[in-house]
Amino acid sequence: MKALRWSLPLAIFLVILGFLFVGLFRDPREVPSPLIGKPAPAFSLSQLHQPERTLTTTDMRGQVWLLNVWASWCVSCRVEHPLLVDLARANIVPVIGLAYKDKRDDGLGWLKANGDPYKLSIVDQDGRVGIDFGVYGVPETFVIDKAGIIRYKQIGPLTADALKQTILPLVRELQRS
Amino acid sequence: MKVVLAALLVALVTSSARSDEALDTRLKALENELRCLVCQNQTLADSNAPLAEDLRKEVRDLATGGKSDAEIRDYLVARYGDFVLYRPPVKSTTYLLWFGPFMLLAGGVATWWVLVRRRARVRANSGASPPSAGESAAAARALLDD
Repeated sequence: MKALRWSLPLAIFLVILGFLFVGLFRDPREVPSPLIGKPAPAFSLSQLHQPERTLTTTDMRGQVWLLNVWASWCVSCRVEHPLLVDLARANIVPVIGLAYKDKRDDGLGWLKANGDPYKLSIVDQDGRVGIDFGVYGVPETFVIDKAGIIRYKQIGPLTADALKQTILPLVRELQRS
Repeated sequence: MKVVLAALLVALVTSSARSDEALDTRLKALENELRCLVCQNQTLADSNAPLAEDLRKEVRDLATGGKSDAEIRDYLVARYGDFVLYRPPVKSTTYLLWFGPFMLLAGGVATWWVLVRRRARVRANSGASPPSAGESAAAARALLDD
């Protein structure tokens, strides 16, 4: 009973300390997406370069692909852009660009100025498809498998670490299966 | 004829205004329970973020399309997760959140009870009776006079 007197508060203190310590390394802005493991929402959007042509979810069936949600007004999109350009050069996985709530001319101008890493670009002018994908902070990047299932979501700009350690290994694994 | 037509028109306008008002208050209540994903400590009703505006529009479209509050909530949860709800659902992962405080309260009451019992037992064993009312009053007066 005597031992409990000091060991119990110490134990409670250590538990709280543990929670606070873990909390230091977690980003409250990263909300886990309920869409992971679920089929990518169906969309049919007009292409950026050829407005009269559309791209639908089913067009990408049978291949692993990345959906990168960006916008010309988005500042942190500039941060991740060189990584995407490198990725396109490496030709590992097709990246589809989704210009989110962007004007067509602004998007085209931005790609001309910064380089176009996308296999294809589509425009979501009113942000409806963005809502279906649960987009809340541009840029976001989705990894989608051959069957059209969302496997991973990167919230915020891509980083070299995230690409090398998470996204590319996942892409390779999905491509093999 | 003209009078009838005018009356009909007035009735139509007021009834549609009334249903608009009902919809507005319903949407307001709903939006106050939904979180804006961009500015996380604001509700959808309070936030001026572009996404919040879009989501408010979406919620309104769904509501006018005949969807119930629960269906609208499910629609948003399917896209953004339970995090959009200010009132978290009761399920196995949130049991600790919902019932933890009551467990802490029960633990506190139990500790308090044990301590009181033990103190009473110690006092009984030492043979001292609790001070009588007169004694307490005398002690209190002594303290006040100091």
